[in-house]
Amino acid sequence: MRHLRLPRQPMLRHLVLALGGALVLFAVTSAVGPYDDYQIGQIGIDAVAIAGLTLLTGTNGQISLGQGAFIMVGAYGAGMLLVHTKLPIALALLLGVVISAAAGALIGLPASRLRGPYLAGMTLALAVGLPAIPVEFAGVFGGEQGLNVNPPVPPAGIDPQRWLTWIVLVAVLVMLVLLGNLVRSRFGRAFRAVRDDEVAAAISGIAVAHTRVTAFAVSAAAAGLAGGLLGLSTGGVVPDAFSVGLSISLLAGMVLGGTGRVLGAWWGAVILVYVPQWSASVSDGLGLRQGQSSNLALLFYGLVLIVVILVAPDGIQGRLVHLWSLVTRRSTPRPGGGAVDPDRAPASHSEDHETREALA
Amino acid sequence: MQRFVDLTLNGVTNGMIYAVVALALVLIWRSTGVLNFAQGAMAMFTTYIAGAIVEHRGSYWLAIAVALGSGAVIGAVIERTIVRRVENGPVLNPVIVTLGLLVVLEALAGIIWGGGLRSFPAYFSQLGVVVGHDRLAFSHFDLYVMVAIVTVLVALVVLFRFTSLGLRMRASAFAPDVARLLGVRVGRMLTLGWALAGVVGALAGALVAPELLLSPNYMDAVFIYGFTAAVVGGLQSPLGAVVGGLVVGLVLAYVGGYLGSTLEALGALAILMVVLMARPQGIFTRVAQRQV
Repeated sequence: MRHLRLPRQPMLRHLVLALGGALVLFAVTSAVGPYDDYQIGQIGIDAVAIAGLTLLTGTNGQISLGQGAFIMVGAYGAGMLLVHTKLPIALALLLGVVISAAAGALIGLPASRLRGPYLAGMTLALAVGLPAIPVEFAGVFGGEQGLNVNPPVPPAGIDPQRWLTWIVLVAVLVMLVLLGNLVRSRFGRAFRAVRDDEVAAAISGIAVAHTRVTAFAVSAAAAGLAGGLLGLSTGGVVPDAFSVGLSISLLAGMVLGGTGRVLGAWWGAVILVYVPQWSASVSDGLGLRQGQSSNLALLFYGLVLIVVILVAPDGIQGRLVHLWSLVTRRSTPRPGGGAVDPDRAPASHSEDHETREALA
Repeated sequence: MQRFVDLTLNGVTNGMIYAVVALALVLIWRSTGVLNFAQGAMAMFTTYIAGAIVEHRGSYWLAIAVALGSGAVIGAVIERTIVRRVENGPVLNPVIVTLGLLVVLEALAGIIWGGGLRSFPAYFSQLGVVVGHDRLAFSHFDLYVMVAIVTVLVALVVLFRFTSLGLRMRASAFAPDVARLLGVRVGRMLTLGWALAGVVGALAGALVAPELLLSPNYMDAVFIYGFTAAVVGGLQSPLGAVVGGLVVGLVLAYVGGYLGSTLEALGALAILMVVLMARPQGIFTRVAQRQV
């Protein structure tokens, strides 16, 4: 099956994957109705937010509970521009990404000196504290009601929802290709070097603090794009949407999909979009009170965080890669059993795994 | 001036509660190197249990006793069943797992008791004491909070300084391998540490509940302020946790009073950023060389 191999050159490889993905998504979105189109758009948005997170945690070994806060920054950044200026959508989204990345760099400054739990606590404070800003400064940000973002006008003959989903998916795929390339570039190698051994990285001439701040900013940039797209696709930006629960659900999506795996972000995103629906129907089935379905979803995310770390720390994508390697026998099992050692960090996949990680 | 005095008094009372949460975090961090993100949620859960007892039987003191007891049980069970399996792995795993516990406990509380606000009795009057012509922002209940917390602090000092059990616990945290060789049941000591932290956290949850009202996430902010206090104090030092709690309590009282109460969490973020940039090891610990 040599002729089926993807190109080895990363840029080419990611472009091929993205084009393939775009074709599949184009076919699917054209075939289904507006509601499913909307859902597919949401999956794309979650996927890009999780991809940013997985780059930070999996590739650089930093954990953030503040991804929801950066989504909020991007949503308000792009949303304000769309409401108050006549900028084209692409430019507003881009500026939202830039604003969010700047916020990420600012928060990342102290992060550059911190280890795991400190950073987690600090970003948790960010996630809890930030939604107060639009409420406190209601004159600027619209308070509890938030902003109303007008949807883009589609060309004649195209369903508005489908058009919106296409805009979302194109932006998501562009960002994922950029992230994929970054992971394979000098920067990505620096991210991994800092994750694996800071001292060795510093000795090799990598600016450790600078690298950590960069990773944080890149992760926030991906969240910023997700935020801008979220405002566009839901038609509004409200502070309630960016609770701690959002950050934690994204973390659950990342862990479930497979930490450090950009393709895994899609698994996580699919789950995040469909779990609220499943839990609603389970809640109805059990005859639970109104409002209990959100608790069921929360329960699921919490159990995912615990069980996946205990049982399969490399997540769905990690297990799939492992299965695939068993099927094709392309890797020789290591001493210590199998290609994936459960005792190792989700954040420390060995280099040869990463070369086989397909990055969409 | 009156306002400043009131805010200061509020700051000290709240600061004591943050100090207790910080202390629970420090207890676990020192012995296992795990930062327990579920500490606040554990306290929330035990306070709901206490609230249910008050509703059915009416005795405040029984409810508090059951809350503290269930805090110990929850802490010990979590350590034995879950944390023990991740504490020696990669540093991010305990963070993710305890976060998962936080979410599970909040979801369970929501499912069992509903998501709405519930009141929790204060037992003592929450009206401020009148001194001269002014009513101070310090009530009998606040006095009770102070007394309860100081009692716990003294009890912990006595336990760790003057008892054989405390010595064994310190030894397990300081040098687990040596302690094990000398016959200390290190595993048991760790479980005990988590149980103790569960008790201390449960106390904080019950003391802060009358003011904040019970809801599944009412401890989120308190946990973050307690975490901030622990970081200010350096995460290692119980004394640092107490001083950090008071510092955080006062700063946030002024932020809330003069800038807007919704900005308190951002105030905590600001404290965290300043402390972590200027002195990441905290104010109360000596600089330790990280092993390479």
